[in-house]
Amino acid sequence: MRVSLFITCINDSLYPHTGQAVVRVLERLGHEVVFPEGQSCCGQMHHNSGYAPEAVAMVRQFVEIFREAEVVVVPSTSCTAMIRTQYPHLARHVAKDAALLEAVEALVPRVWEFSEFLTRKLGLTDVGAYYPHRVTYHSSCNSLRSLGLGDGPLTLLRHVRGLDLVELPNNTECCGFGGTFAVKNAETSTAMLTDKMRHILSTNAEICTAGDNSCLMHIGGGLSRQRTGVRTVHLAQILASTAEAPLA
Amino acid sequence: MSNATFTSRAAKSLRNSQLRRNINKATTTIRGKTARVTAELPDWEALRLAGREIKRSTLAELDKHLIALEESVTRAGGTVHWARDAAEAREIVVRLTKAHNTDQVIKIKSMTTDEIELNPALEGAGIRPYETDLADMIVQMGREKPSHLLVPAIHKNRVEIRDLFRDQMGSHGEGLSDRPTDLTKAARAYLRDKFLETRVAISGANFAVAETGSVVVVESEGNGRMCLTLPDVLISIMGIEKVLPRWQDLEVFLQLLPRAATGERMNPYTSIWTGTVPGDGPREFHLVLLDNGRSKILADEVSRETLHCIRCSRCLNVCPVYERAGGHAYDSMYQGPIGAIVTPQLKGLEEAGSLPYASSLCGACHEVCPVKINIPQILVHLRGKVVESKRETALGKLSGENMAMQVASRLFNNQQALEWSLWAGRLGQKLLTRDGVMPWLPPPLSGWTLSRDFPALPEQSFRDWWKQRENGK
Repeated sequence: MRVSLFITCINDSLYPHTGQAVVRVLERLGHEVVFPEGQSCCGQMHHNSGYAPEAVAMVRQFVEIFREAEVVVVPSTSCTAMIRTQYPHLARHVAKDAALLEAVEALVPRVWEFSEFLTRKLGLTDVGAYYPHRVTYHSSCNSLRSLGLGDGPLTLLRHVRGLDLVELPNNTECCGFGGTFAVKNAETSTAMLTDKMRHILSTNAEICTAGDNSCLMHIGGGLSRQRTGVRTVHLAQILASTAEAPLA
Repeated sequence: MSNATFTSRAAKSLRNSQLRRNINKATTTIRGKTARVTAELPDWEALRLAGREIKRSTLAELDKHLIALEESVTRAGGTVHWARDAAEAREIVVRLTKAHNTDQVIKIKSMTTDEIELNPALEGAGIRPYETDLADMIVQMGREKPSHLLVPAIHKNRVEIRDLFRDQMGSHGEGLSDRPTDLTKAARAYLRDKFLETRVAISGANFAVAETGSVVVVESEGNGRMCLTLPDVLISIMGIEKVLPRWQDLEVFLQLLPRAATGERMNPYTSIWTGTVPGDGPREFHLVLLDNGRSKILADEVSRETLHCIRCSRCLNVCPVYERAGGHAYDSMYQGPIGAIVTPQLKGLEEAGSLPYASSLCGACHEVCPVKINIPQILVHLRGKVVESKRETALGKLSGENMAMQVASRLFNNQQALEWSLWAGRLGQKLLTRDGVMPWLPPPLSGWTLSRDFPALPEQSFRDWWKQRENGK
């Protein structure tokens, strides 16, 4: 399959290793990966902060760039949710543009979150990964509620050789990131993060993973500040790790 | 109007260990109960859809159903009053009460009367209102605001309640202990006196049925039943969105409400009355239909489903923000996620503009709402209105946030500028970076570094890596 990668702005600028891991996994599975030029951001930050017209500009950019794609893979649950649930809303209620809505509705069924692409589109549970670490999985709000990924990502993790998977208590609760919420309501966000970290630490895992680097930036930022010694690693990077070329 | 915002009020509550403990305990328990009793119904999902659809179609022809309700209530011997806003509603209730030469009224759980600030208006007219729902009574005695839709005194512990009772219940409060049974016994004796000596009662309404003119109140204590049946005069105030077209519609909502609200299969007391009946119950019945901004909400195609709300409070009980910030942070009788969308629409964004931001948009509220209100979508919609109104002023346009958003927007639409800004960022971050992270950032990003390190930009972006790889092929 010819997979168009939508890297997302956070992965592009802050987490290039996640993008590299996605490329590695998909190519290992025999797919061709292309990275269309001119892509930037899904518009989630603008949209969620109330800057709807600016978000519409991002919808137009995304549709323009990926219109012809066979499939689009996105290594972020929240960006995928933005595209799937909010693009139609923005086209209908903010842009009020029937042509844009039509283009969005034609494109959205071909847009997949990375783990969802593996489990649901390709029907895989084992991607041949090896990662000898004790890991707990944070199922982001968007993975659970907007995308309904259920335990698809967990199934992938269960099939990683050497990986010791520990269940995260109270897993369905938000980590407190919420985009600009983490800054605007920093204290409430911190209270949520503290409880999330308490649960992570209770698992004695060395790694907390998720399908979204924005949650992980938040959780990882807290774990780092508290010198917990627990790291965060995107799911794609775990799946990219193999016995031949293990990820550090 | 004070300068306090959700953020500043929450900051205070977050340090209140009693509040944190009470809310965590209560919401954890109730989450478990509601999850159990909703999961046991094979048609729970169908009920939710039915509830949503009844509300949607009723609101689409609200005028018709309200007129039908007025006709049925009048036919059954009641009187209907229309109130455009809080002031009109207050005026109607005060006038009706005064007409009966009484200096006190009893009240049963009505968020609508809190919304229109009825109690101060009654007091101003020399009429003393007594709340008779136990928790509402506690909140009233403490001269506070409710902190939970359904458990208004959730923030109080029993010692605090004992002190209030000792102070304000006269002989019933003397020498009272803080044992829950003693507290409820005292409240019971105190309230019985009020029920028997008061001639005018004021209630809210959960539903009103247009075809029969019946009004419904559901409750747990039975104090509502006393209020609704003992006095000579009953005045009920309801928001116009509470009307249901058919008697049969109750079948759906009387299943949805208790299961979503308290996790009970059926609430202990369901009172339904239709006008007046000679020799039984109040001799005079008034129904006040309150708009107070609701028709404005109805006119907004994105946020109109706010009016679906049946005030079950399930969204509060699953909300991680509410659980930590507490109800008083919302500064309204409507708290939690539903409060964050109702209050700004009723009070206006100028007064309650911080509330749409009181959410991480985690979606837990939408997931459990018995009438499927997409609260996160409406929160984002209201944020859009806040931004829109701010951008109408020069100062708002020049605000740090707007400028930052504009710059980000430009960068995302200009590849070269984006790459240049990443380069500049890498250079600029050198001063702030320690061991690969930035432990401190200047305002407004200092909110982030309050508790989190920020990752430093790596030397190579993904797109640079990709380019390099393509060139090497």
